[in-house]
Amino acid sequence: MSIAWLMRIPNWLLIPAWFGVLSFPFTGAKTAIVISGGILGAGILWRFLERTIALSRGKKFSLFEQIKTIPSTAYLYLSLSVALLLPFITSPYVVDTASLAGIYIILSLGLNIVVGYTGLLNLGFAAFYAIGAYSYALLNTTLALGFWESLPISMAISAVAGFLLGIPALRLRGDYLAIVTLGFGEITRIVLNNWVSVTNGPNGIAGIQRPSIIGIEFKGVTDYYYLVLFFVLFTIFLINRVINSKAGRAWMSIRDDEIAASTIGIDTFLYKLYAFTFGALWAGLAGQLFAAKMRFVSPESFTFLESVLILSMVILGGQGSIGGSIIGAIILVVLPEILREFEQYRMVFLGAGLIFMMIFRPQGLIISRHNKP
Amino acid sequence: MHIIEFKGLTKYFGGLAALEEVSFRIKENAIFSIIGPNGAGKTTLFNCLTGLTKPSRGEILFKGKNIVGLPPHSISRAGIARTFQNIRLFKEMTVLENVLSGQHNSCGQKIWASLLRTKDFLRQEESLRQRAYEYLEFVGLHEELDRAAGELPYGSQRRLEIARALATEAEVMLLDEPTAGMNPQETAEMMEIMKRLKEIGKTVVLIEHDMKVVMGVSEWIIVLDHGVKISEGTPEMVKNDPLVIEAYLGKEAHA
Repeated sequence: MSIAWLMRIPNWLLIPAWFGVLSFPFTGAKTAIVISGGILGAGILWRFLERTIALSRGKKFSLFEQIKTIPSTAYLYLSLSVALLLPFITSPYVVDTASLAGIYIILSLGLNIVVGYTGLLNLGFAAFYAIGAYSYALLNTTLALGFWESLPISMAISAVAGFLLGIPALRLRGDYLAIVTLGFGEITRIVLNNWVSVTNGPNGIAGIQRPSIIGIEFKGVTDYYYLVLFFVLFTIFLINRVINSKAGRAWMSIRDDEIAASTIGIDTFLYKLYAFTFGALWAGLAGQLFAAKMRFVSPESFTFLESVLILSMVILGGQGSIGGSIIGAIILVVLPEILREFEQYRMVFLGAGLIFMMIFRPQGLIISRHNKP
Repeated sequence: MHIIEFKGLTKYFGGLAALEEVSFRIKENAIFSIIGPNGAGKTTLFNCLTGLTKPSRGEILFKGKNIVGLPPHSISRAGIARTFQNIRLFKEMTVLENVLSGQHNSCGQKIWASLLRTKDFLRQEESLRQRAYEYLEFVGLHEELDRAAGELPYGSQRRLEIARALATEAEVMLLDEPTAGMNPQETAEMMEIMKRLKEIGKTVVLIEHDMKVVMGVSEWIIVLDHGVKISEGTPEMVKNDPLVIEAYLGKEAHA
């Protein structure tokens, strides 16, 4: 029997049918029909638009090609205005999820410096996240330091932790470095779990203060969202500047060819150490934001899976690209929320999605400007 | 004036002597060639000179100072740059960025200046770009600034490596088989580049298999065979040295 006829089904029919089949087991027949019908309708509308414009201009017209010509600054302003207006156009639940996504954007931007720009595999990044979170928790609950006074301290503690881990670990390469960082992540979590006199062990630390400015507390979901948004923009701004300077070029040189980098005068060990330290600094910021959001920290928020999640964001979005890290973080925070109604199936969906990505687009969603195919 | 001097340089890999008691001097602002059959120890010599391999014994004097034991980045800062036999470019970076990276030594950029984008920083970035453009013009790649280095054709990749080495402002340029795999026209262009390097005051040290290139540009040649220096002299002298002929063509068979 031949299946050649399958190949002849046009895309406009195949795609809606495929989505219908996929959603049927989860949503039931009625919704599945609505979904595939909606997609079919959108496809027809798309074609209709293209046809009419083509007719009026007298030549072939592709909406897709047209979309590709929109300059990247347009996307930048569009996403920025959506981010600013988000609390006015959506529900508190969405805004709360967006705050969480913001924290993960900072984390993935930090890890992207280490993994994407410098090419060092770090499997224990959640440790720096934990150190930032616990630093603020302890500074606040024991020394009664406020959010803003603690911020530079917890960022510095994280950065110093990155520096100290880097000194022995960066003598190793590739897989060995990955294993050492993985070990560091686990050690950090186990210490937090067992050093009961300081960290209160598995029970965690509660009663952490919310941030405030001149006596006004960031109480609501929306206030907190804007605080996170401010720090996300701050992070993007500074990281972008460092990447486009001597340090950024040195990092990328090391990633592309460490031996060649050393022969043009780059102290490769020192610059790898810088990358580790600078990456950890942002994890410290994200940690403090997380602690202030939850007003509670416990070791179970900083497991190995957390490190893997942040790494997945960097890889999914595209290594060595700031836009990629942002999109990767948003997708991996938002997607599980959207799939929440499918309960136990959502991790299957997510896993399948990542596998598909690795097969069809291993460079990540956003390809950094140099390695376009 | 001699800029580099090797004194009894010896390198063992396990029991194998890759270099044995090699001594010679390299004159400043000359084109100097190192030749010899495969496995003679030429690249090992370059690796010792750039700090990538630590010699087992012996000294390497650069402007009178022993540089053995210094890390590669310090040797680069002292003024020795190189290219590689099996091209080592930063493939995912653009042509321009490759050369900008090469200027790592000379740009004393501070991290806070790049964070604040001070006027100094911007002026400096501009002059780095300007100089990078000049280095690329020197090797004829100034029209490919924004291409990824890994996409360039083979011959251009070799020239980009030279531009990147030039960018370090080193006085000594070590070229490891710069014409390997090139067609006659590209080879001629490469010879031209070597001559111009000398004109702008560089000392060029060349490892090369193509005898036309070696004889065409070198002022002085040393010949290595199995890690031992077997001959040294002007192209004429080396060409007629029976030891060299033997090393390349083998001993005359005695029936």
